[in-house]
Amino acid sequence: MPSADRRRGKRAAAWRTRMEITVLSGPAIIVFLGFVIFPVAMAAYYGFFNWQGYGPATDFVGLKNYVVIFTDPTFLEALTHNGVILVLSLVMQGPLAILLALLLNQKMRGRTIIRVLIFVPYVIAEVIVGTGFSLMLQTSGAMNALLKNIGLGFLQADWLADPAIAIWTLMFILTWKYIGFAVILFLAGLQGIPTELFEAAAIDGASYWQIQRRITLPLLGPTVRIWAFLSIIGSLQLFDLVYIIWGQYVAGVAGTSTMATYMVTNGRDAGNFGYGNAVAVVIFFISLIIALIYQRFVLRRDTAGALTEGRK
Amino acid sequence: MSATTSIVTRGRHREKERLQWGSPAVYFIALVLVAVCLAPVLYIVIGGFRTNAQITTNPAGLPNPWEFGNYLDVLTSDVFWLQVGNSLIAAAFTTAGVVVLGLMVSYVLARYHFRGRGAMYALFAAGLMFPITVAITPLYILVKDLGLMNSLAGVILPQIAFALPTTVIILVPFLRAIPDEIEEAAAIDGAGRLGFFFRMVLRLAVPGVVTVGILAFIGSWNSYLLPLFILNDASTYTLPLGVQAFSSQYSVDTARVLAFTSLAMLPALLFFLVFQRRIVGGLTGAVKG
Repeated sequence: MPSADRRRGKRAAAWRTRMEITVLSGPAIIVFLGFVIFPVAMAAYYGFFNWQGYGPATDFVGLKNYVVIFTDPTFLEALTHNGVILVLSLVMQGPLAILLALLLNQKMRGRTIIRVLIFVPYVIAEVIVGTGFSLMLQTSGAMNALLKNIGLGFLQADWLADPAIAIWTLMFILTWKYIGFAVILFLAGLQGIPTELFEAAAIDGASYWQIQRRITLPLLGPTVRIWAFLSIIGSLQLFDLVYIIWGQYVAGVAGTSTMATYMVTNGRDAGNFGYGNAVAVVIFFISLIIALIYQRFVLRRDTAGALTEGRK
Repeated sequence: MSATTSIVTRGRHREKERLQWGSPAVYFIALVLVAVCLAPVLYIVIGGFRTNAQITTNPAGLPNPWEFGNYLDVLTSDVFWLQVGNSLIAAAFTTAGVVVLGLMVSYVLARYHFRGRGAMYALFAAGLMFPITVAITPLYILVKDLGLMNSLAGVILPQIAFALPTTVIILVPFLRAIPDEIEEAAAIDGAGRLGFFFRMVLRLAVPGVVTVGILAFIGSWNSYLLPLFILNDASTYTLPLGVQAFSSQYSVDTARVLAFTSLAMLPALLFFLVFQRRIVGGLTGAVKG
């Protein structure tokens, strides 16, 4: 074949490939840019306006919204709650989920069904979880009645309204809802560890706990780090459960408000969309900064290969 | 549940595996765990069988007698079925959109070499950091400007977009794992890249697609924040909005709220129990990949 022809053929093939790439990836990219990236960019724009959400935004206020946000004690309180929830989620759910995953990784009868059942809370809608728990935990609800019935009446409490308790109630509900997801992730991670390692260690006389501490935990590291990342982002964005259980106004009083509930209460519910957008931008940047720091220092070794070139 | 347990037990029995250390303690902890996980769910389901008087006098007790009226009321109400319909439409179209768009773009990311591929993957991966919470206010404005307020399309399109990152991250390793030899063989047989895509990849990717589809379906079925902003007209409510509207409208009628709530959670729960293997399998693939 003459080389000019071959070159033309090659060029045609390259053009064809480019077409395929465009046609196949185009729709997803358009939808993604349009409904994910663009709104985030627009939030940045609207955040500079005093705007009620109808008509064009004309009342430019510069950074005033941001000044108001960071001088509003209600927001700073909400921010603190996010921080507390973030730390408690990591500290409470991580070790618990690892222990449970180790436990459920044993060869035992009914293991499959147990794994399925602990995943059930994760599948149930936040609205349903919220409705159920708020009914159970109200002062005259089932929880207090149960405590009384079993002779632990002195433990009765105002689970949702008492500011000293409410954040722990929220943490319990969050743990209940999301622990199954963590356990399933960790179980998947455990399954990825070659069993030869355990056998070798056992032959060398290592005890069960030595094996877990020296072999399992380090090898589970990547899974734990990815879970922690998802947990951190989730904690910073937390909205549904708090808004459903504590609603627009009570969350602040009970000490469970979050940046996102603050955003909805002071933005949409108050008809103050410019301000709501500014809060969204603040949440976004806080999440982004924390995520970047985390990726830079913690996730780096796990994702190093994932984002770069190369088929396996 | 006992029927399922016995099936599982029989399955295990055949393997003749010896149980390992400390099983009684392990079983005990596992049982406590399962009880804690299921108790609130059972409270909701059983609560629907009680009367309000029973709930007031004995909030932690079992129904006595069992009352079926609450469930019947909900099951015969138009509002409930309308919301089931809305949720089904939203979830079905979201799932279809996520699967089709996600599969196409993942195929490109997994099996084409081109400049900017890393950036494109990173773009979608970064999407994981943009949960809907952050974008909700401008998203609401965008949907309003598009004239999609109070329409399910206004919920479906953003849901597809926000489900794409997870989808891409799960599907790309899946598609990448299809051996090159199969593609080469297909090429020798005269199939182009697209032919290969339609004839081979679609079939080989079924497990991954099912996982992604289930996650998208359950995500849509449960979604709250987006419908809360977009759907203000009660006739367009999906079930989560319905549950909330119902529970504030009938706040004194606790028993009926519990019946409504447990019926609302049933479909997602059944869907999950049927497909749970796929979900767990898909997550495994994503974490390992």
